[in-house]
Amino acid sequence: MIVIRVPGRLSVRLHPRALAVGTTGLLLTLAVGVLAVGHGDYPMSPADVLRTLTGGGSPAEDFIVTQLRLPRLVTALAVGAALGLAGAVFQALVRNPLGSPDVLGFTQGAATGALIVVVVGGSSAALAGAAAIGGVLTGLLIYLVAWRRGLHGYRLVLVGIGVSAILTGVNGYLLTRAPLMEAARAMLWLTGSLDGRGWSDAAPLLAALAVTVPVLLACGPALRMTELGDDAATGLGVPVPRLRMLLLATAVILVSLSAAAAGPVSFVALTAPHLARRLTRAPGTNLLPAAIIGALIIVVGDQVALRAFPSQLPVGVVTGVLGGGYLVWLLATQRRAGRL
Amino acid sequence: MPTSRLGGSGLRLAYERRVVADDLTVAVPDRSFTVIIGPNACGKSTLLRALSRLLKPAVGAVLLDGEDIQRRPARAVARTLGLLPQSPIAPDGIGVADLVARGRYPHQGLLRQWSRDDERIVAEAMAATGVADLADRLVDELSGGQRQRVWLAMALAQQTPLLLLDEPTTYLDIAHQIEVLDLCARLHEEQGRTLVAVLHDLNHAARYATHLIAMRDGRVVAAGEPGQIVTAELVEEVFGLPCRVIDDPETGTPLVIPAARIRTGGRA
Repeated sequence: MIVIRVPGRLSVRLHPRALAVGTTGLLLTLAVGVLAVGHGDYPMSPADVLRTLTGGGSPAEDFIVTQLRLPRLVTALAVGAALGLAGAVFQALVRNPLGSPDVLGFTQGAATGALIVVVVGGSSAALAGAAAIGGVLTGLLIYLVAWRRGLHGYRLVLVGIGVSAILTGVNGYLLTRAPLMEAARAMLWLTGSLDGRGWSDAAPLLAALAVTVPVLLACGPALRMTELGDDAATGLGVPVPRLRMLLLATAVILVSLSAAAAGPVSFVALTAPHLARRLTRAPGTNLLPAAIIGALIIVVGDQVALRAFPSQLPVGVVTGVLGGGYLVWLLATQRRAGRL
Repeated sequence: MPTSRLGGSGLRLAYERRVVADDLTVAVPDRSFTVIIGPNACGKSTLLRALSRLLKPAVGAVLLDGEDIQRRPARAVARTLGLLPQSPIAPDGIGVADLVARGRYPHQGLLRQWSRDDERIVAEAMAATGVADLADRLVDELSGGQRQRVWLAMALAQQTPLLLLDEPTTYLDIAHQIEVLDLCARLHEEQGRTLVAVLHDLNHAARYATHLIAMRDGRVVAAGEPGQIVTAELVEEVFGLPCRVIDDPETGTPLVIPAARIRTGGRA
């Protein structure tokens, strides 16, 4: 641990390893991002991409980069960061490594909202909006059922699994009611896909991130105290119920808006915080590293989906396969360690 | 009548609709080592929860320095009143020094994360509880007694004039129980802190407390110095246990000897 002190009152703590992981992750993400922007029917070298990004490209290159490819990349980064953050917050809130929005049913709730729009008919914007509303309503429902008498990890996880099972059934029903073409479009959305994302898809999520990231970082120290248990955290001066409400609301908004932007991309929210913790070896919640690793997972996943298969796959398939594998491995090792 | 910074009167303590105590009045004398005793489910832990603001009284208010503890800012309270709950959770993979350092949370801010004072106070807290040698160990690796001392160090690092302990000796063997209680007594005497603890063992309470609160069925049956209030009649009334009370040969404090009702082993 490094401490930077300025005579007077300022003193800041830095963890070298967390810093190194964060910086490396960020650089890797940007590097893959540049490669991603260069990939497509009109291939561009990383140098060309950087030149165009800094304003030195031809009008055609400029159009391809800023209008066609950059929005997709920015959406991917925002979704990854949002899911990483939300996952870290959920896991800390329920004190359970399984506390991710996939398991707790928020993702299914967002899907229900989107599917209702598919059945009733509506624009892409309506679909995104409905996804966001679906996620938030699910959050509210789970809160009412599980949270009123105080939140305990297993209780929330179990209620979440129940809610998510019900919603999966509802979603299946809605799919059968949708016209065939629409159902196909819905299936693509349900897998989590970044195809054809424009600035308008990224904008709401970016705005949410701009507001929530400072809030979450400010809550970071208090969140770390809640790991000691509600009683101990209260004893240390954390207003636990208020903090919970704020964090739950923030995480639900992030999950819902990322589902609105790219569909329910699975398992990123579950894996990113774990990987962050393993890499930084810092106990507790690693918010920023989780956000960076979330972004990295999605950007890499999207590139794998685009390049490694003869026909393009939606990114959710790749993150699902990778994340599912990780979950199985996690369950096995945690069970052995007696933590689950 | 000694002064009291922490207490409440006419409190009704309840979980949801189940009323645990009604019209309860308590005052923690300043600079005392107050111990709350009573049979299971008498409301002693509930009282401690109310005093430490974990439970909001249904009627009445717990006052800290004359103000409703529930209405004061959480952090400000945490700089005056510390709490060691019954089963705090040590996060996976946390080191001893890291855990103790968390006690400084109420004194820290975004721009004041780790001052020289913090560093000194944490070192002092670890020295006072005898865990300085364990600073680099992981909390998971420690024995129960060591772990309890680490938690006490965390509570000490909070540097509060008042410290509440919920059954600090539970799950410890007799040697570690005495070790923890000796430590509490030292903190009380040397550092002049006010301590409030819930204890199960009546003899421990009588030996270490300077002020005893005996509860039964949500009522305070007696409160005062152990030497004055611990009698065979009181123990019978509070615990329903026939007994004799003699002087503790070590300390002269009351020692409760349960009456022999059946012939037990060891007398061959």
